[in-house]
Amino acid sequence: MNKPFFSKQIAFELNAQPARADVTPGQRLSALLRENLGARDVKIGCDAGDCGACTVLLDGKPVCACLTAAHQVEGRSVETLAGLYRTDAKTKQLAESFQNHGAAQCGICTPGMMVSAIALLRSNDAPTEDDVKDALGGVLCRCTGYRKIIDAVVGAPAIAHDGDGRVGTSIRRLDGKCKVDGTEAFGDDVAPVGCLEIFVVRSPFARASFTLGDLDAFKNGTGVEAVLTADDIAGRNVFGVIPQFMDQPVFAESETRFRGEAVAAIVATPEFMATFDPESFPVTWTEMPAAQCIHDAQKDTAPQLHQGRDRNVMCGGFVTCGDAQAGLSAASQTVEGHFNSGFVEHGYIEPEAGFAQIVDGRVEVHACTQAPVMDLEGLEIILGLDRSQIRIVPTAVGGGFGSKLDLSVQPYLALGALKTGKPVRICYSRTESMQSTTKRHPSDIRLKIGADAEGRITGFDFSGEFDTGAYASWGPTVANRVPVHASGPYAISNYRAESKGIYTHNPPAGAFRGFGVPQSAIAQESLFDELAEKLGIDPLEFRIINALENGVPTVCGQVFDQGVGITACLKALRPAWQSETAAAKAFNDTSPTIKRGVGVAAGWYGCGNTSLPNPSTIKSGVRPDGRVVLHQGATDIGQGANTVITQIFATALGVPADSILRIGADTDVTPDAGKTSASRQTYVSGNAARLSGEALRQLIVEKMNVARDARLTFQQGVIVATDAAGEHRLDQSKLPCDDEGLVLRAEETYDPPTRPLDKNGQGAPYAQFGYAAHLVVVDVDTAMGTVKPIKFVAAHDVGQAINPMMVEGQVHGGIAQGLGMALMEEYIPGRTENLHDYLIPTIGDIPPIETIIIEEPDAHGPYGAKGLGEHVLIPTAPAILNAIKAATGVRITRVPATPSLVRTEIRKAQR
Amino acid sequence: MSYISPKNMHDALEALAQGSGKIIAGGTDVYPSAQPGHQPDFYLDVTRIDGLNRITTTESTIHIGSAVTWTDIINADLCPAFDALKAASREVGSVQIQNAATLAGNICNASPAADGVPPLLALDASVEIASLARGSRLLPLAAFIQGVRATALQSDEMVVGIQIPKPSRHMTSAFEKLGSRRYLVISICMTAVNLAMAKDGRIADARVAVGACSAVAQRLPALEASLIRQTPDRIEMKPEYFAPLAPIDDVRGTAAYRYDVVQEQCKRAIMQAASR
Repeated sequence: MNKPFFSKQIAFELNAQPARADVTPGQRLSALLRENLGARDVKIGCDAGDCGACTVLLDGKPVCACLTAAHQVEGRSVETLAGLYRTDAKTKQLAESFQNHGAAQCGICTPGMMVSAIALLRSNDAPTEDDVKDALGGVLCRCTGYRKIIDAVVGAPAIAHDGDGRVGTSIRRLDGKCKVDGTEAFGDDVAPVGCLEIFVVRSPFARASFTLGDLDAFKNGTGVEAVLTADDIAGRNVFGVIPQFMDQPVFAESETRFRGEAVAAIVATPEFMATFDPESFPVTWTEMPAAQCIHDAQKDTAPQLHQGRDRNVMCGGFVTCGDAQAGLSAASQTVEGHFNSGFVEHGYIEPEAGFAQIVDGRVEVHACTQAPVMDLEGLEIILGLDRSQIRIVPTAVGGGFGSKLDLSVQPYLALGALKTGKPVRICYSRTESMQSTTKRHPSDIRLKIGADAEGRITGFDFSGEFDTGAYASWGPTVANRVPVHASGPYAISNYRAESKGIYTHNPPAGAFRGFGVPQSAIAQESLFDELAEKLGIDPLEFRIINALENGVPTVCGQVFDQGVGITACLKALRPAWQSETAAAKAFNDTSPTIKRGVGVAAGWYGCGNTSLPNPSTIKSGVRPDGRVVLHQGATDIGQGANTVITQIFATALGVPADSILRIGADTDVTPDAGKTSASRQTYVSGNAARLSGEALRQLIVEKMNVARDARLTFQQGVIVATDAAGEHRLDQSKLPCDDEGLVLRAEETYDPPTRPLDKNGQGAPYAQFGYAAHLVVVDVDTAMGTVKPIKFVAAHDVGQAINPMMVEGQVHGGIAQGLGMALMEEYIPGRTENLHDYLIPTIGDIPPIETIIIEEPDAHGPYGAKGLGEHVLIPTAPAILNAIKAATGVRITRVPATPSLVRTEIRKAQR
Repeated sequence: MSYISPKNMHDALEALAQGSGKIIAGGTDVYPSAQPGHQPDFYLDVTRIDGLNRITTTESTIHIGSAVTWTDIINADLCPAFDALKAASREVGSVQIQNAATLAGNICNASPAADGVPPLLALDASVEIASLARGSRLLPLAAFIQGVRATALQSDEMVVGIQIPKPSRHMTSAFEKLGSRRYLVISICMTAVNLAMAKDGRIADARVAVGACSAVAQRLPALEASLIRQTPDRIEMKPEYFAPLAPIDDVRGTAAYRYDVVQEQCKRAIMQAASR
């Protein structure tokens, strides 16, 4: 079956140097560059030309290295980012510009972006925005929302400036250089060349029984080192992120519950993998009837996915206050609606990847992750090993957005390394990543709202069902969060909200930026517009009338005396609302087919875990050489924790941020700063960093007996403190050094103060909320159904912007994801398992975004700061739907609002 | 298994005569459709064959070699009748794809949503095919593409180029593509129109081709006939003109939606071509 290979040595020019390599027939240039020639700055996101991350210059022209036959470069010139950065002045200049604008967040798309931009800049010194879009349209970015990239390429004035990085200033990312020079190492960039590879055998059916054939015979094949199945699991064949809901096996044992579920894994040489036909693996499948929608899954006749979960109901959430029914009865106007959304794929450009090895008898897993300590705890259970025998070393993460909180590649890596005793690696294919990792929960929501004639909401009744797929993952979190947040940031005294998570034979739905709140906000914010219209009240003013205020209880009965910033956000939109609605009216008077509409929507989001402890610990210290060390364990998935946490720490200690030696997450050396989720890192880990910085300062001023506000400088071996009494010096060589090499150390923990929710959902679920309001202007082509957002104005209450440039970066990226959810994204198992059928926004789809930063300080936040990451995309989709309504008169109640759906609804309305 | 990159046509055809090979140029369809573990006997790279990467013009035809990329077409000096083809070239995938992928590869891949096909149909293009055994033959494009992912190409044959009868310098052309996002998007439907206007402002010649609304993109003869001797402001879209179409429901849109919007799209493309 396998044909003999005739490889050939080719010669070409790689980054202006002669290169030679043996090439196998059909080998992709991307593989040749990365594996044979060490050019791991060429990133692979899809292997299909859909993402452009692998862009290189071939004789000066950008091409996808993943679609280029390696043979074709013979005698030609290939340039990659790392090479360009080393030799090309224009590239160095662009790299500066990228950093000055925060144009690289996670950095996985950056090589593709920069290489494409260099091709443009070589022929066009002063490109326009449209030139940049055309040149970069083939590279997908999931973090930045593209606007900062456009600014960087056109050479707009720098946003970041030099400085000490104290809280409130925009400095460049402290970890930014490696993202723009090609040296950042992501999950697939750390394995040694030639090491064993892992291939996971997955179910082709939503539900199937299966039998494994003669694995011993298969194992005898040349190059196969091991086959892993459920039998190889020494601990328990189960994982999950919530202890009471752990229900997902590493390998299915007799029946699979979703398309893409693993049943076995092959560990083999790269040579074997190059020609391996998955069909040759000995497994027989028997497809079984599957429940793939929440309605079918709750029927008596439906197959039950998990014991003890009758009618496939995983769990529910409930919040009530006052009397919702009575409030609705008393209303002067009521509105109701039924809203739906589908699976949304995280679509980070870096597929899950990693490498593992055995070091001194311990297993060491290097992989992309948002939660290293949770990975460790998950592996303890699966491997049946004490945690001292496991080390998790996170690589750079090429985007996460929630999905890289769960285990994915880690169990296969650890099991593979333990079974073979050799280093092993794995990188999911794009399809595998999409099939097998978590998604945003599809939602089915019914909502009724009533208000009195003055526009005050009198009653609110919400019911939402969420498709949690085959396994719980973060489904219980979604079920709990939604009823708490479904009110939006409003004062509602008669409220009832219930949610249910339903198991189906679909991929597991888990955490995705917002944990169910973006879905509920679509229903709530859409109906707010409908209600305002019925009442004859301006929709923005209607929101201001009902906005939550300091001292007014939330629907959970939680009263904030301070820090409620939604009114300020909404009021900040007034000027744009007035000018844009007037401009849209004028536009529409002369435009029969293209109709312009303006929409607004708001949102809120509680930072940190819901009524559960979620501490972060940050350790810092001083080395004998005078270097300040910060153990920063909050994984930076592009959002900027490495910079923001360091800025907070540096401000507390009173030193420049760039003078600090940062040591990243590593379960062997850095304390647990918790998971990167729930918009908690700036708030929770930021507080731990502040406490650690303050404690270290306190230690120093006490030891030196100087004023509390003394200016500290750290010099070679000496700390110098300057206060009113003059200059004092502490010779560190006289101080004893601890076993971590520190002469001074301060480890501090912060855990947000919350209270549990009672049976009616009353309590104090979060110590702080962040608030947001968006305005969007859209043009709808009413004949074709296409919706084109042309402008956003986004007001965000972040309490205190630690780094305003990075705040903008989060806002832009969240809006891009919200726009995708609103207009184009829907994951359908078996149908949209790649990045050309599953569409995420390109650089041409994101219009200018004006960010208005509101700073209503929060008493709990570090220097008043609040979380931001998830807040951003909550108002985006409903704002777009409201704008479509304003433009066309048509209310869209399901997302994505594809051209097909919008046009169909417009035609219905015309009949 | 081997990778052959011949310099001349004869060597290429000789290789094809000997076994089951996979022809590769830009690789933009070959790699995404490759099945793991399934290798061809050999890859035949056509990009180094002498002459295939050129666009040549004779008295009566324009010949686009089978290694000509979308970028080559964008950069070529072609008369306005090729504007739709150029516009389609700019809309295919991304710059990366346009720099590598070939027009000939696009028709050989025979996707119902191939962006190159409607403009070529509107140009009355034919496909020049060669084999060692039977020499060369010329097939109208509509006969070359036989269905979804199906062409008239035999296993020992390859496309040498695309031949287009030289259009009048006065013929204008326009292309409309509908997708759910700006770049890197598979068309929901697309339309190419080539028009020749008479001196009196009426349409003298009209060719309208629609893609992604049937298994193979097609011309709409009844619509074309209705346009002749009309002034552009009087054209009408009647359902019967679109009767040959057979759109399907898929993730990009419903059949009913495609049927609906393609009519508007044709109208827009005609107006645009007429205004040039």
